[in-house]
Amino acid sequence: MKRFDIYMSGVGGQGIGLLSEAVIRAADHAGLSVCGVDTHGLAQRGGMVESFVRIGGEVTTPLVRKGSAFLVLALERTEALRAAEAYAASGGVLLYFDTLWQPLDVRLGKADAVSAEDVEEACRRLNVRHMAEKRDLPDVRMQNVALLSRAAKEGLIPGVEMEHYRKALEDLLPGKVLAANLKVLEGQ
Amino acid sequence: MKNLGEMLLRTEPFSEIVLGNTALARAMIESGTEVVTSYPGSPTPEIASALLSVPGEKRPFYFQFSTNEKVATEVACGASLNGHPSCVFFKSVGLNVAADSFVQLSLLELEGGLVAVLGDDPGANSSQNEQDNRHFARMAYIPVLEPSSPSEAYRYYLEAMALSRRQKMPVILRMTTHVCHGKEKVAFGAWKGGTVSTESRFDTSGGPMVPLTAAALEMKRRSLARLSLAGCEMDSPAFCEVRKGTDSSRGVITAGLPFRSLLDVLEDSDRTPDILKLGAVYPLPEKAVEEFLRTHGQVKVLEELDDVLEKDIKALAFDRGIRVSITGKTDDDDRIGEFTPDKVAEVLAKTWPDMVPLRGAKRQPSLAPRPPQMCPGCGHRSAFHAIRQALAKEDITVADIGCHTLGFLPPYEMGEVLLSMGHSTGTGAGLSLFNRSRKVVSFIGDSTFFHAGLPGVVNAVFNNHNLTLIVMENGTTAMTGHQDHPGAGRNANGPSEAIPVRGVLEGLGVKSIREVDAYSQAKLIELVKEAMAEEGFSVVIARHPCMLKYTREQQRNPDYVRKSVEVNQETCDRLHVCVESFGCPSFQRDEDGTVTVSRELCIGDGSCIQTCPVKAIGLRKENRGGETA
Ligand code: SF4
Ligand code: SF4
Repeated sequence: MKRFDIYMSGVGGQGIGLLSEAVIRAADHAGLSVCGVDTHGLAQRGGMVESFVRIGGEVTTPLVRKGSAFLVLALERTEALRAAEAYAASGGVLLYFDTLWQPLDVRLGKADAVSAEDVEEACRRLNVRHMAEKRDLPDVRMQNVALLSRAAKEGLIPGVEMEHYRKALEDLLPGKVLAANLKVLEGQ
Repeated sequence: MKNLGEMLLRTEPFSEIVLGNTALARAMIESGTEVVTSYPGSPTPEIASALLSVPGEKRPFYFQFSTNEKVATEVACGASLNGHPSCVFFKSVGLNVAADSFVQLSLLELEGGLVAVLGDDPGANSSQNEQDNRHFARMAYIPVLEPSSPSEAYRYYLEAMALSRRQKMPVILRMTTHVCHGKEKVAFGAWKGGTVSTESRFDTSGGPMVPLTAAALEMKRRSLARLSLAGCEMDSPAFCEVRKGTDSSRGVITAGLPFRSLLDVLEDSDRTPDILKLGAVYPLPEKAVEEFLRTHGQVKVLEELDDVLEKDIKALAFDRGIRVSITGKTDDDDRIGEFTPDKVAEVLAKTWPDMVPLRGAKRQPSLAPRPPQMCPGCGHRSAFHAIRQALAKEDITVADIGCHTLGFLPPYEMGEVLLSMGHSTGTGAGLSLFNRSRKVVSFIGDSTFFHAGLPGVVNAVFNNHNLTLIVMENGTTAMTGHQDHPGAGRNANGPSEAIPVRGVLEGLGVKSIREVDAYSQAKLIELVKEAMAEEGFSVVIARHPCMLKYTREQQRNPDYVRKSVEVNQETCDRLHVCVESFGCPSFQRDEDGTVTVSRELCIGDGSCIQTCPVKAIGLRKENRGGETA
């Protein structure tokens, strides 16, 4: 299999760590070679966080070059736009959870908030397929798994199926939390 | 759920997807490392989380977070002198703190062996600089291994510890941020089990290890001899890998993550050079390098940060009379930033433009960056919002390291200069000299206070400095993931004596001390004004528990109900104090100026309620009646 590069981003605190770890483990359960890396550091303080995952092919570095991710997953609308502009490959896919955590400039009244149309427009310009996910969740901390669920159902990562994602979450979450998240993963 | 602690103790070989940092924890256990010390700092704290995932009674090692990197080094050194295989780890700039003891290590007979794991941070992802710690290795006569992936980190640690024990000398394992945080499947070996030995092997039959007078020179001689021995051992195919390319007139010498970036970049190229990848970077593996130089007409040294390898390689070529053209850094830009694949493509294209097809137009997002900020409900925000009102415009504020450093960003702009951990009282004291027109206020967090803040405080008392120190006390080492500090009443192994910040200040002779909860803004303003009006050294302690830690703990409680505030749109006068000046990220602003509160972000602590001049903020109806934090 040719290598499949994924770029993920969000805001510190949104649980991008679980998202990327789940994707990595799902790929592994699917029998694919995989590596990845998260940016940590100041991550949990509401700054931008990113994560790279590379599936299949020879493992070189976990870092992905700009403009070459076939799949971009973003947990927030502003970051979805930023991520697509920086990393999405032409012909690739952007899937994002449509919530808005306004960046400082917007809250200070110095910039406009990013709209869903802005993201769509950018995707058209970049020749990137555009998907927004929005659904009511029992807990906002599950937005990451809601995004994973959509990626699984749409089959966005070649060779990785729902059962692999389920196994990945089973590796990562304990008892009740697991049950609640599996519901989000497999439910509507 | 997979249990990390159990995994780390498996006796059979196994493979698992792990972080580079976790791979190191397993390597420590497999190699029989008995004593491990650290001070928390990115990119290394996950080594500690992995080690601490093993339940206390099952740990085949002793671990501690020490008060700072110097003490951590000394504890590991002492343990090694007594025969325990030991490891100390910390972040890049931690080595500056440790340096006074660190540079002496190679002079001693480290009976048990000692590996220092350094988390360098090219790109300054979470540090105040991107210093290249290979320079320290040269000064301290300590050999350096540098892995490029989690699998290599695991293997090199085992090798480093073996070498260290054989030669009774320290060995550095130099990690970088994205090797620490890289994840891949690592094949681990067997572990034969074991416990910490209780035998005391401290041995001075060769004379006291006191490097004074003539002994210092003798000890240095031994240390140099060991260094060259280690250099010879490391000059082996185990640490020097050659990869053939399609164009063998050209060669690249590289190491660490830049090697991986290079492989990635060359995937696009049909004319690829031969590559010599060095796992041992100090001392230079001369045999391997010489052979590579002799068999290539042009060699590019591709190294992140400074030109350490380049200088050594050029010197070697000169000394041995090798006719080869060597290019290293071509400009200052080549010394700055992490060597990601994109950066390596740029760097390589400057020397060999034909080799790397540069990708079309640069992809530069149009959006303003999203800087990190303090969490919703953070006590530091409340404190900064208040303190700003107590200061005159021309007053000087000095930042220190911790979550509160983020106060230097808008809208607070509290903190105008930063050097290092614990510097703020000293730097503030200097700023106050001959300064009658502008008051000086320094900030410090509680973990940093214990780490390196005390000498500055002692100096301020000793030399009668005229400034106000504000201790932002949140009860934890928040920035690096909430590790306990000496004031917490708990260490990595269980309960311990809590050392109170106030008690320490009093003991050091500080006469003027005021304390207040950081949420009590009016009181805080008053106390800061009072303290600043005094002549001499004054301290204000602005205390509030870290709300991220607190909220996470609350969320574990099954009865936890998430609260939030709301803005009463009838009362709201659109003064925007909450969103622009207090700046909790929960406040969202519509294009028409309406302010709402994000329920996803708000934790309902209510510290914002007092900031609204028209009292438009209040707890949501369904949350009223309960107590707040
Ligand atoms: S981690 Fe704690 S101290 Fe740090 S910004 Fe968040 S709430 Fe404040
Ligand atoms: S109550 Fe909500 S909006 Fe107010 S400071 Fe706390 S987190 Fe921010």
